[in-house]
Amino acid sequence: MSELKKTITPLYGMLTKTSDAEPVIVRLTQNRDPSSTDNLAYLVQKDEKNIPLGFDTYVVPDHCTETLPSLNNDKRVTYELPQSLSYLHEGDVIRINPRGGEISVIYRHHSPSNSLFLTEQCNSRCVMCSQPPKIQPDSELAEACLEAIPLIDPETEELGLTGGEPTLLDEKFFEILDACKRHLPNTAIHVLSNGRLFNYLSYAQKLAEIDHPDCVIGIPIYSDLAWEHDFCVQATGAYDQTIRGILNLARCGIRIELRVVIHSYSATRLLYLAEFITRNLPFVEHVALMGLEPIGFGKTNLDALWIDPVDYQADLEIAVSRLVEAGMNASIYNHQLCILPTHLWPFARQSISDWKNVYLPECEKCAFQDRCGGFFHSSMRKYSKSIKPIETVLPEHEIIL
Amino acid sequence: MPLDLPLLNSSFNAKDKYRSRVGTSYALLPFKFIKLDHKRYIVTNFVGEYVVLSRTSLHALIQHKLEINSDLYDQLKVKHFIIDGDSTVALDLLACKYRTRHSLLKNLTSLFIFVVSLRCEHSCPYCQVSRQSQDRQAFDMQLTHAEKAIDFVFSSPSPDLKIEFQGGESLLNFELIRWIVERVSHRNDIESRNVSFVIATNLAILNDDILEFCAEYEIDISTSLDGPRELHNANRPRPNKNSYELTIEGIKRVRDRLGNDAVSALMTTTPASLSQPKAIVDEYLQQDFSSIFLRSISPYGFAVKTGVASGYSSEEWIIFYRSALDYIIQINLEGTPFREEYASMLLRKILTPFPTGYVDLQSPAGLGLSCLTFNYDGSIYASDESRMLAEMDDYTFRLGTLDNDTFADVISSEKLIGLLSETMTESMPMCADCGIQPYCGSDPVFHYATQSEIVGHKPTSGFCSKNMEIIKHLIHLLEDHEDSSLVLRSWIS
Ligand code: SF4
Ligand code: SF4
Repeated sequence: MSELKKTITPLYGMLTKTSDAEPVIVRLTQNRDPSSTDNLAYLVQKDEKNIPLGFDTYVVPDHCTETLPSLNNDKRVTYELPQSLSYLHEGDVIRINPRGGEISVIYRHHSPSNSLFLTEQCNSRCVMCSQPPKIQPDSELAEACLEAIPLIDPETEELGLTGGEPTLLDEKFFEILDACKRHLPNTAIHVLSNGRLFNYLSYAQKLAEIDHPDCVIGIPIYSDLAWEHDFCVQATGAYDQTIRGILNLARCGIRIELRVVIHSYSATRLLYLAEFITRNLPFVEHVALMGLEPIGFGKTNLDALWIDPVDYQADLEIAVSRLVEAGMNASIYNHQLCILPTHLWPFARQSISDWKNVYLPECEKCAFQDRCGGFFHSSMRKYSKSIKPIETVLPEHEIIL
Repeated sequence: MPLDLPLLNSSFNAKDKYRSRVGTSYALLPFKFIKLDHKRYIVTNFVGEYVVLSRTSLHALIQHKLEINSDLYDQLKVKHFIIDGDSTVALDLLACKYRTRHSLLKNLTSLFIFVVSLRCEHSCPYCQVSRQSQDRQAFDMQLTHAEKAIDFVFSSPSPDLKIEFQGGESLLNFELIRWIVERVSHRNDIESRNVSFVIATNLAILNDDILEFCAEYEIDISTSLDGPRELHNANRPRPNKNSYELTIEGIKRVRDRLGNDAVSALMTTTPASLSQPKAIVDEYLQQDFSSIFLRSISPYGFAVKTGVASGYSSEEWIIFYRSALDYIIQINLEGTPFREEYASMLLRKILTPFPTGYVDLQSPAGLGLSCLTFNYDGSIYASDESRMLAEMDDYTFRLGTLDNDTFADVISSEKLIGLLSETMTESMPMCADCGIQPYCGSDPVFHYATQSEIVGHKPTSGFCSKNMEIIKHLIHLLEDHEDSSLVLRSWIS
C-alpha cells in the first residue's frame, strides 16, 4: 500500500522575490524545442545543462536553484518556485503575478480533479459555503480562465467550472463554456451553479445553444421545504428560482445533477427530500448526497452545522433506497467507509479532490483504506466519533464495490 | 426552541426569518379521498401522490385548521395538497407531473396485435375466440391484409413499436409471421424505430425452424401457464390431455435456444384456480419465472357461451388474488425475488410520477391509443378484447378495416374519439370523486360486455371493485407493514 496522504497539495504560493512585470498565464513545459513558445514557460530540471533559449519565461523549482546564475547571466526572465510548489509538472498551467509575488496553480495535468474558478461573487450565501463569496468585482478571474483554457491538455477527462456563482458572469460564462467546447471537445464539463438564474428560460436556452457535447450542471438542494432551503442559502425566493431553473434546464435538454450537502439543517428532512426528488425531479441524471466540508462558512458555522454522520445513517440508507427504487442514480460523497453501513458502500465515491484529500494515522490499520474516500483536510477539525479502522475481513457477500 | 442549540455566526439570518413567510393560513389544492378502513382515509391528488390521514386530520385539513408547520402540514405541503405563502413553485411542479403522467399520449399507438389465425388445436372452455377448423381461407389472415397492416404500424409516430402475433394458435400460420417479421425488419432499416416482436402461442406445435427464426430476429415468446399440471390440463383440453407437458417442454426449448428471459407466461384464473393460489405461484417458481400476472377471466367469447365467465364473482377473485399476493410477498421475504405484475403496475402508478402503458389503467383508456388489433379478416379493433366481442357478432369496438382505412382515419375517427371520451375517469360518475382514480383506469369493453354500457355503473362493476380492493390493499401494505412495503417497493424499478 502506498503511503497515506496526510497533507494537502498547495495550489498557491509566493515567489521568492517580486518584480515589475505583467501577470502571465503559462503552461509549464520541458519540451526543449516546441513549435511555438507562446504562453509556454520552460520548467527547468535538476542539474540541467544547456537550458534551451527562446522561452519568454523560465520557472525554476527550489531544488534546481543551481541553474539560476547561468539563466540570470543570459538575462532570461526567471521565477523561482517556493518549495511547496516544487511538485509542479510538465503540462500544468499556472498564473504568475510578479508584482504581488504570487503564483497560483490553475490546472494540474496529473490530477483527476481540476476546476476553474470563475468568480468569487454569488447571489446566495449558503450557511456552509466552502468558498465564501466576496462582493468586489473580480472579472480578472474569468479572463484568466479564458486565457488558461487553450493551454489545458485536450486529453483531460473532466474539468469543473466553479465559483462563486458562475452564471452571474452572464455572457462571459457562456463564452467560457464555448471556449471549453472549442479547445477541449473531449473533456466532460461539470458546472457548479445554484441554478437560480436559469429561472429565466432564455438563460437556459442560451446554455442549450452552446450545445456542449458533455456538460452537466450540478445544483445544490437542501430541503423539500422552500423556506428551509432559502434559510440554508440565506436568500429569499432562491428555492423557487432554483426549482424553476431546474425545470427550465430539463426543458432545454441540459443534463442536471442534484447535490445535497448533509448538515444539521438538511439531515432532518433528507428522506423526504429524496422522495420529493423521485416524484418531482426524476429526470435529473444523478443525485449526490454529500458530507460537510468544514471550511469557509462551513468552519465559521461548524458548531451549528455539525451532526455526526453516524447519526443520520438510517435516514441516508432509506434516502438512497428511495432514489434507487425509482431508477435514479445516487452517490454518496465525502463519507468514510467505516461509518457507512456496508450495503451503502457501492454508492460511496472517492469524491474528495486529490489536493485536499487526507487520511488519519489510524487509517493505516484499515483493510479498506484504498477504497475509502478519506477526509477533507479541513475535516481534521471535526470528524465522526465513529471512525474505526476496519480490521476484520468482512464476509464477501457484504461487500459489493 | 431550546436555547442551548449552537447558533450560526451573527451575520447569518435565523431560520425564523424564512419560516415566518409561511403565514397563518393555507389554500387547498385539488384532491380526492376515499375510506381506507374504519379510521383512515386515502387522500390523493391528480398527479397521483397520496397520504393516509385519520378522520380527524382529514377534517382539520379541509376546514383549514391544520397546525401550520406541523409535520403533517409539511407533508401535505411538499406533496402538493396545500399551498401557502412560502412558495408558488408547487403549481409548476404539478403541471410538470401531470404532463409526465400523460406523456405516453403523444406517442400514440405502440402495440399492434396481429391475429394471424383464428384456428387452434386446443379447445379451452374459457377461450374467447378460437376455432377448430382446417379452413385456412376463412380463418387465416391474408397476405394483402398483412401488407396493409405493416403500413399501418409504421404510420404511428411512436418511437417504440411492438408487434404481437396472436391466435387462435398463431403458429398455425407461421409462414405469415415469418413474412411479416422479415418485411417489418427490412422496412425498419430505414425507419429506425425500436421494433420488438412477440409470438403468443401455446407452444404445442413449436419446432426447431421456428426457434431458429426467433433467434435470428430476437422474437420473444409469450405462452399460457395456468398452474400445476392438473389445473392447467383441466383448463386446456387437448386430445391427448398433454397441454401442460407440451407447455413445459416448450418453455424449456425456448429457453435453451433463446435464453431464460425470452419466454413469459400468462395465467388465467378459472373457477378451479380459486382454491389453489399457492400451488399456482409455486408452479411459476418451479418453472423459474421471475414474475406472475394474476388475471381474471374476461367475460367475452366462448367464455360467456360456456358459462365459465360467470363462474366466480369478483369478490371470490379478490380473495384469491390477496392470498396469492400475500404468499408472493412471503416468498420475497424469504429471499427469492418474485413479482406479481398487476401489483407492480399499480405500484408504479402509486409510487412514481410515471404512467403505465397498460390499456386498462389509463385515462383515457389505452383503447386504440396504446394498442390496436388487426383481426384475421382485415378488420381493425380497439383492443384484443374488442375483437373477441366481435366473435359474438357485436361490432361496437370495430374501428375500421385494413381495406378501407388508414392509421390517420382510425386514430382520428369519430368512433374512437367518441369511445375514448367515455373512458376519462376524471369525469366519469363515481370515478370523478373516487380517491383511487389517479391509479385506476377504465375498461369500456368489459363494462359494455357486462353492463351493456361503455361508461358502466361503478357500484356494481367487477372492474371497479377489483381495482378498488387491490389498490386499497396495496396502500394498506405500504403504510402498515414495513416488511411487505420493502418488497412492494422493490417491484417498481
Ligand atoms: S478507518 Fe475509516 S476513514 Fe480510515 S480508511 Fe478506513 S474506512 Fe476510511
Ligand atoms: S373504477 Fe371504481 S375504483 Fe376505479 S376510479 Fe372508478 S370508482 Fe374508483
